[in-house]
Amino acid sequence: MPVKIAGESLNACSGCEISLLDMGENFLKLLEVVQIVHLPLLMDSKHIENLQNAQVLELPKADIGLVSGSIKTRENLQLALAMRESCDFIIGMGTCATHGGIPALANSYTNEQIMTCCFKTDNTDETDRFPTELVPGLLESCHALDEKIKVDFYLPGCPPHPDHLFNLICALEKGEDYVLPEKSVCDNCSAQREGIGEVTNLKRPLELPDWKDSQDLENPDQFKCFIEQGFLCMGPVTRDGCGGDKDLARCITAGMPCRGCYGPIQHQGNQKLGILNALSSNGIDIGSLPEMVSLLRFSGGHGRLRPISLKSRKYK
Amino acid sequence: MARIIHIKPITRIEGHASIHIYLDENGYVDNTKVAFKSLRGFEKFVEGKPAEELPRIVSRICGICPWMHHIASNKAVDGCFSVTPSPVGSLLRELMLTIAHVEDKLLHFFFLSGADFLIGSDKDYSVRNIMGLVKEKPELTRKVVKIRHKAKMILDRFSRKAIHPVAGVPGGFIKPLLEDERKEFLATMSEVLDFVLFAMEYAKKEVFPQFNDQLPGLGTITTGFIGMVDKDGALNLYDGNLCLMKPDGTRMEFDPADYTDYLAEKVVPFSYGKFPYAKVWDEGFSLDSDAPKGIYRSNTLARINVAKTISTPRAQAELEMFREQFGRPAQATLLYHYARLIEAVYACERAIEILKEPRITHTNVRAKATPKAGRGVGCVEAPRGTLIHDYTTDGNGLITKANLIVGTTHNLAAINLSVDKASKDLIKDGVYDEAILNKIEMAVRAYDP
Repeated sequence: MPVKIAGESLNACSGCEISLLDMGENFLKLLEVVQIVHLPLLMDSKHIENLQNAQVLELPKADIGLVSGSIKTRENLQLALAMRESCDFIIGMGTCATHGGIPALANSYTNEQIMTCCFKTDNTDETDRFPTELVPGLLESCHALDEKIKVDFYLPGCPPHPDHLFNLICALEKGEDYVLPEKSVCDNCSAQREGIGEVTNLKRPLELPDWKDSQDLENPDQFKCFIEQGFLCMGPVTRDGCGGDKDLARCITAGMPCRGCYGPIQHQGNQKLGILNALSSNGIDIGSLPEMVSLLRFSGGHGRLRPISLKSRKYK
Repeated sequence: MARIIHIKPITRIEGHASIHIYLDENGYVDNTKVAFKSLRGFEKFVEGKPAEELPRIVSRICGICPWMHHIASNKAVDGCFSVTPSPVGSLLRELMLTIAHVEDKLLHFFFLSGADFLIGSDKDYSVRNIMGLVKEKPELTRKVVKIRHKAKMILDRFSRKAIHPVAGVPGGFIKPLLEDERKEFLATMSEVLDFVLFAMEYAKKEVFPQFNDQLPGLGTITTGFIGMVDKDGALNLYDGNLCLMKPDGTRMEFDPADYTDYLAEKVVPFSYGKFPYAKVWDEGFSLDSDAPKGIYRSNTLARINVAKTISTPRAQAELEMFREQFGRPAQATLLYHYARLIEAVYACERAIEILKEPRITHTNVRAKATPKAGRGVGCVEAPRGTLIHDYTTDGNGLITKANLIVGTTHNLAAINLSVDKASKDLIKDGVYDEAILNKIEMAVRAYDP
């Protein structure tokens, strides 16, 4: 009997599912050993309302559940609960599922503020009410998956590398354990590090980093550490793995500093506190950061980002 | 007794939407609603962020077309910081965008919509998908998987991150193209073009004839269209003016920066996505299926309708054949699929053209940008339609205001009308089955929302 896989995308962009397809021919290999029973992006399996209780959804039974996205609407929550019910093993797929991801940046604002910004603009016809019919209600916060359901495996990444998706599913299919490395992007970055850099004020990534031509990027050891150059790089506080089996940090080999898309190194870690520490110990004045909220741009779930209350604003 | 049919969720599309069909006492369709159910709040939460970070944040709006958001965002930041991007950097952006169009079109045509035509719209849901195609047409499907992957891996190899890219920067592109890479990508894109031309011939035999024979007029409505054109009025996916065409074929062109003079957005009670409409037509907005007002469509069919010509030879030849058969503007909704393949031909040819430009390997890929106060409107064509990013920054280059009109939203009103049409044509006397409901979804899938 092939291993049955179900998938649902919650408050997300479908990038994780596209990463599945970006395995290329490995996707075809995977189809030889697994059977996909539910995955709305690729197949027409519908949500079946429970006859006794219309609030409860039923989904096809599966061995492995791939859940991408965070939980922001009542429907996201309903689907997360239904996936937990119908799947033996839940993989939190992608950083939205593991830590809230980019959509959790919304946690700095109230729903009222978000709706007002979206529906009352200069270019929008005047309206006296926000949409409520047929659309799911918004929860107060954008939650990582494990704030609402038990997660059996965390596979971070925005999106997770196709190598990891393939290796993980193959391992589970064979009944083997799969462990992602718990080290930082820096642990695997061979950029030159000399100690504390000379720059005390952060540079915006609008300036050219210190490299001669793109060949240098093929050899990151020719390349001077971004933080020592005075650029914000989330490498010290971000889990390694974005390069897949090749094990090279993707953004850094493109010539851009890391922004933290694999989330904190340890599941409970705080990328913002960590990076402020790392910058300080590199002699960089953290007051020179243009803003700090987006230090949590991938991990604003778990209550880490909250709306600034009106009260605190008043006394600011 | 009156009742409601729910199709939840609409499948084989990107995003979260559902169809609700309201039947009257006699089992005839009274009205329909397509609800768009995602509200993540990007326009709000980008406020206060450094503008140069936005191309790396807003790409997360869509994991299928992150390149288009990435590049539209870079163009908007160029505007805010008053920087003219390096010409070679611009070309590299266009190259990435164009190749992303190709792989996306293959994804949609074969992986998402393909099974409706190649397996059969009335076949069981368990086989009517890409997994079914792997079994039913193994040779073709393997080839599609391989070719799409090859195109996608150009993006991955060169920019290092194909999904949620980082290589576009305000002022241009982060890195130059090396000669070895250029040669390799050129060879790959020639192979992809061969496959796309094969796919076009294959579709002319196996897919397009079904539009008339088996699914006549499915979801067909009469609307205006929008799309980007170059200075000669030819199709352009990366830069140019927007062209708005009325249902009768009359065209007006405008600078995307002036979009608020031409388009407005409407809030409807059943959708988190707003419904844009052509304000400049001075007829207001109405979803009344008998007399719709202000409604235009975007995406492939729209673009080839508004474009006078296509600048590359093979795609132009296909466009001429298409026009001879269907006229201009063509209104049949399923023709979106045909137009998708014509655009795929163009995108391959254009990528090859760019890769043959002698200056493409020049190293001057990035102009210096400095944070400042300003406003910028970045516009490109995404696979799903015209994409507009409109940002305002303060003196420190932080975002104070953002308005985004993403490709699919231009089509939300049209999708509602097409679903209404398909439902009324297909559901009579309260009789319907899974195959009929899938046909109604096909009217949505054509728009590749």
